[in-house]
Amino acid sequence: MAENAKLMQGNEACTMGAIAAGLQFFAGYPITPSTEIAEMCSEELPKFGGKFIQMEDEIGSIAACIGASLTGKKAMTATSGPGFSLMQESIGYASLCEIPVVIVNVQRMGPSTGMPTSPAQGDIMQARWGTHGDHQIIALAPGNVKECFELTFKAFAYAEAYRVPVIVLADEVISHMREKVILPDPSSYKIPMRAMPTSPAGYKPYGADPDGGVPLMAPFGQGYRWHCTGLFHDESGAPSGKAAVADKLLRRLERKIEKNAQVLEDYYAESMEDCDIAVVSFGSSAMAALSAVRRARKEGHKAGMLRLKTIWPFPDAALRRLSASAKKIIVPEMNLGQLALEVERAIHGKAEVIKLGKVTGELFHPDEIYQALKEAF
Amino acid sequence: MAEFLDYFRKERLPHIWCPGCGHGTVTGALIRAVDKLGLDKNKIVMVSGIGCSSRAVGYLDFDTLHTTHGRALAFATGVKHAKPSLKVIVMTGDGDCTAIGGNHFIHAARRNIDITTIIMNNSIYGMTSGQYSPTTPHGMLGTTAPYGNVEQEFDVCELAKASGASYVARATSFHVTLLTDLIEKALMNKGFSVVEALTQCPTYFGRKNKIGGPVELLNWIKDRTVNAKAAAALPPEKLAGKLLIGELHRAERPEYCASYAETTARVQRTYNDYKGGNRGCELNSD
Ligand SMILES: Cc1ncc(C[n+]2csc(CCOP(=O)(O)OP(=O)(O)O)c2C)c(N)n1
Ligand code: SF4
Ligand SMILES: [Mg+2]
Repeated sequence: MAENAKLMQGNEACTMGAIAAGLQFFAGYPITPSTEIAEMCSEELPKFGGKFIQMEDEIGSIAACIGASLTGKKAMTATSGPGFSLMQESIGYASLCEIPVVIVNVQRMGPSTGMPTSPAQGDIMQARWGTHGDHQIIALAPGNVKECFELTFKAFAYAEAYRVPVIVLADEVISHMREKVILPDPSSYKIPMRAMPTSPAGYKPYGADPDGGVPLMAPFGQGYRWHCTGLFHDESGAPSGKAAVADKLLRRLERKIEKNAQVLEDYYAESMEDCDIAVVSFGSSAMAALSAVRRARKEGHKAGMLRLKTIWPFPDAALRRLSASAKKIIVPEMNLGQLALEVERAIHGKAEVIKLGKVTGELFHPDEIYQALKEAF
Repeated sequence: MAEFLDYFRKERLPHIWCPGCGHGTVTGALIRAVDKLGLDKNKIVMVSGIGCSSRAVGYLDFDTLHTTHGRALAFATGVKHAKPSLKVIVMTGDGDCTAIGGNHFIHAARRNIDITTIIMNNSIYGMTSGQYSPTTPHGMLGTTAPYGNVEQEFDVCELAKASGASYVARATSFHVTLLTDLIEKALMNKGFSVVEALTQCPTYFGRKNKIGGPVELLNWIKDRTVNAKAAAALPPEKLAGKLLIGELHRAERPEYCASYAETTARVQRTYNDYKGGNRGCELNSD
C-alpha cells in the first residue's frame, strides 16, 4: 500500500482518523497547539458535504457539536487547556444526556494561559473529573502520529457504541511532530455507527438495561419527538426529581463504562513479563521512556515499559497483571504526578511507585528516565 | 386549528409555572403560530437553555432540547448547521439569552442563521428567585438589587438588530394576538429572527416591586409599551421611556446555511474527483 504511506503531523493524522470514522461536523475555536485540526476540517469537510463552523468560543463549539450529533451526525471539536476548561459544563451534559461526541484536547502547559506552545500532560485529572458530578469518561492518549489516526478513529467507535463523550488526550509534541505513517486501506475501515431505533412506536429515549445498557438513539427530525434534557430524567426522557430515578440513571451510566473496562483497555507493553522495575507512561513522555528502558535492558537490567493508550477508564487490571513481577514502578509524566496517583491506587502497595514529574515545558530526555532507572535498581 | 393540546406532551402536564406566570401565554402564542403555518411537527426542533422560560420545551410534542444555561443558541446552531432542513426554534429567557448567553446571541444574529428565537423577557431571573437581569429597568428591585438596580438595561431588540438579525419584533403577554402574528412572521423569515415577548413574573418581579398580582403586572407591562405604528404620530414626550411593540426591523441579508451550501457547492465543483471514501451514513445528505 505504498500510496498510503504519508509524512504527516499528529494533528493531521487525527483529522484523517476522524474523517475515516465518518466525521460530518466540526465546530471549534482556534487555540495552539490544536488549531491545525480546525484548519484541516474547514478545508476537507465541505469536499464531501460535511459541515465546519468556527464558533465564538469553546463553550459554543462543544454545544454545537452536541446539537449536530443529535441530528445523527458524527461530531468533533478540538482544543487545548483553556478551551478544554471552558467545555467542561457541556461535556457533563453530553455525558448525562448520552450524546456521542469526540473532543481532542492537545495538552499544553497550564494552568491558565501558561506556556501556550510548550508540551505538557497536566490535564489527566481534568479529563477525568473536569465536569461536576459523578460520571465516567473515556480518554485515549496517542503515543505517536499513527496513533493519532488510530485512536481518533477509535474515539468515534467508542462514542457511538456507548453514547458518551470521548476525549483524545494528545500533547503538543505528539500533535506537532511529523512521522511517516502508513494508513490502512479505506475499504478496510469498519465505520462506527450508533444503534438507532427502527420505529417511533413505543420509543423510550432512555430505555436500557439498568446494568450498563446503552439506549437506542433516535436522530432529531425523524418523527421520534423526544426530549433531551440535562435534568435527571426517566426512561421516557421526562425530567424527574425522584430518588430512585436518579440512582438508577447514574448507576447505569457508571456501569456502561465500568463493565466494558476490559474492552476499552489499550496499551503498548515491552519487556514487562519479568521486569523488576516498570516504567509506566503515556504520550510523548513514553517515547523517551521507551528508549531508556531499552538501554537499561541492553545493559542487563530487568526494566519494562508499559505505555497506556487508554487513560480513562484507568486500566487497573492490565496494570496489575503486567507489572506482577515489578518491585518498583517509575511514572514519568509532564505534570507533578497525576498518572502516578492512579498507578498508586491501582497497584495498591504491591510495588513502590516513583513519581517522575516534569513541569519545565520541555520534553523528557531519555537520559533523565535512564537515570531514574539506574537509581531505582 | 388542530387541537391545541395535540402540540403538548399531555403526560408531562401540569407545568411547573406559578399561577399568573406569563411564560405559558407566550408558549401558547408560539404554538398557535406553528399551527397556523401548518409546520410539520416532525421537522421542528425546539431548543432552550435554563430558566423557568426554558422549561417550556419539555411540555411540547416536538424533538426538544433543553440544554445548559445560556447555550441554547449554540446548540441550536449545531442542529441547524448539521441539518438545515429542520425548523429550529429557540425559547429562552432574558437572563439565559442576554446575560450568560449574550455572546452566542450576538453571533447567531451576526451569522443570520435561520433560527427563530423567542425571548421570554420578564426582566428578572425567575428560576433562581428574583435576582436582577440585564433587562431589569434601572432603579427597580431584585433580590440582588435591594436598593434599586444600579445598572442600565439592554434594549434586546436594538441589540438583535445591531448584531445582524434579519427579523426583529416585540410584543407582550398582554398583546397576545399581536405576539402570535409576529411569531408567525418570524417563523416565515429565512434568517435569524427574534421576537421579544415582554412577560410577567408575578412571583418575584411583581411582588418585589410591589406592583401587585398578575393582572396589575400585565397592565404595568402594557403601559410600558407603545405600538410602533402609532408611535410615528406621537410627540416625543409620549414616547419617553416606552418600548415599541410590533415589527421593528427587517433586512435582506445572506443566511448562514445557504451561504455555507453555496460555498460547499463551489468547493465540490473544484474537487468533484474527491474520493472521500464511504462515510457510512445516508444522513450525510444535508
Ligand atoms: C452555569 C449556570 N449558572 C447559573 C445557573 C443558575 N440559573 C438557573 S436559571 C437562571 C436564570 C434564568 O433567568 P431567565 O433566563 O431570565 O429565565 P426565567 O427563569 O426568568 O424565565 C440561573 C442564573 C445555572 N443553571 N447554570
Ligand atoms: S418564578 Fe416567575 S418566571 Fe418562574 S414560573 Fe414563577 S412566575 Fe413564572
Ligand atoms: Mg427572566
